[in-house]
Amino acid sequence: MSVIPPPEKLRVTPDAIEEAAKLLYIRALKILPDDIKQGFFRLDASETNGLARSVLATMIENIAVAERTENLLCQDTGIPIFNVEIGRDVELDGWALKQAIARGVERATREHPLRSSVVHPITRVNAHSSCGAHVPVINLDFIEAPRVLRLIMIPKGSGSENGSFLQMLIPADGLAGVKRFVVDAAIKAGGKVCPPTILGVGVGGTSDLCMHLAKVAATRTLGSVCADAEGAKLEVELSEAVNALGIGPQGLGGDSTAFAVHVEIAATHITMNPVAVNVQCHSARRASATFTPEGVVIGF
Amino acid sequence: MPHHTLHMPCTEAEIRNLCAGDTVTLQDTLFGIRDATQIHMFDRGRRTRFDLQGHAVIHTAPNVRKVDPSGTNQAGYEAVCIGTTTSDRMERFTRPLMEREGVRIIIGKGGLREDSGKAFQEIGGCYLAVIGGAAALETTWITAIEDVDMDDLNPESLWRFAIRDFGPLIVGMDAHGGSLYREVQASVEARRAAVLAKLGVA
Repeated sequence: MSVIPPPEKLRVTPDAIEEAAKLLYIRALKILPDDIKQGFFRLDASETNGLARSVLATMIENIAVAERTENLLCQDTGIPIFNVEIGRDVELDGWALKQAIARGVERATREHPLRSSVVHPITRVNAHSSCGAHVPVINLDFIEAPRVLRLIMIPKGSGSENGSFLQMLIPADGLAGVKRFVVDAAIKAGGKVCPPTILGVGVGGTSDLCMHLAKVAATRTLGSVCADAEGAKLEVELSEAVNALGIGPQGLGGDSTAFAVHVEIAATHITMNPVAVNVQCHSARRASATFTPEGVVIGF
Repeated sequence: MPHHTLHMPCTEAEIRNLCAGDTVTLQDTLFGIRDATQIHMFDRGRRTRFDLQGHAVIHTAPNVRKVDPSGTNQAGYEAVCIGTTTSDRMERFTRPLMEREGVRIIIGKGGLREDSGKAFQEIGGCYLAVIGGAAALETTWITAIEDVDMDDLNPESLWRFAIRDFGPLIVGMDAHGGSLYREVQASVEARRAAVLAKLGVA
């Protein structure tokens, strides 16, 4: 009888999570991911409107100034979101992880210091910690890779978050209704959401899942494609449509309204056809920490 | 398009000289204002000790560091990152800002609506667009946080910044009824039907 030893577990201490959460919040606010920088260069090369080109040039200059002066890209420190991906053979105290992330966020806010953009929704009192009820937002996902724990930090700015739309369409509205809703959402959001944007579209699911899918889509890496073939087709069509509207960078006119439209889908009910839009602004900030038995790697 | 340099505070005549699409660089003084500041000023009757006559306000809530008051940091704050927020939420405060406080220029991102445009026309004011999200750059145009009022609302206090070469900013809405935002909106509405048709949406 052979004895297979149990697989060694990855253990990450709450202290390591806290340090990572603090570092990621500050890093995300200062350094734009490479895929977004590439997105800017792509738009700059194809933009035909003179004013839009100068607006894009200022945005590109700002990315360099932020890195050179080690300053924040945008004043909006956002609502801190942490997407936590947990691989197999990871031993984790979930409660301690949650506390550690909040402590890291609070320390970043007080020690850097950062503007706390988080208030109580009724009293509007700001605890100056960037934390509050259910904030930081923590989303959990479980992945197949063994002994990997990944934290992806997204400081979600309010200008673009206020451009969120949900409609519980019905089956008779069809895919046409979904497309019309997305085009009209882009028009309604206009320049308020700080274009060029990543327009995130959720199709299907329940109302809350649909909205969540839109956020997942809006914060996905530029260049990534929806895993569903029909969703991927919709991404191409809607990207072209939104950029044909002429809203332009900052809503001042031009071809560069969106870096891309991203779509995420979920199965839905026979009587339902929900669609949601969530917008990510041009300061599409992101930072990640990947823990493995070899150590921690910081990236985007 | 013509470029203008304005030293703050400015006169009505200087404002009426600007046209939508022109560019402007501001000098000397700028006030920072936000949602909560204006809710308290105009919905709850609070008054500021600052004289805003002829001045410019920017829609902002900055990242600041507390320091001992000294030198250029008399207010006890040092700038970390100062940028601009979406103006549309503060649309209804344009007229009271101008009528009660004498403000001539509103700086923000994303534009304001028709009621603000009417106030600019009637009283003599304008909206200058700064590039939203370009706060690291914008911070380099601010030389000091000179003073702060209503600081219980921090970070949505009423801030007085010293500025040097603040801009170039784009005249988004002028005192003659001109608005780049209205022009873009009209053009977008005109394109909507063709865009939907191409998507196969009737």
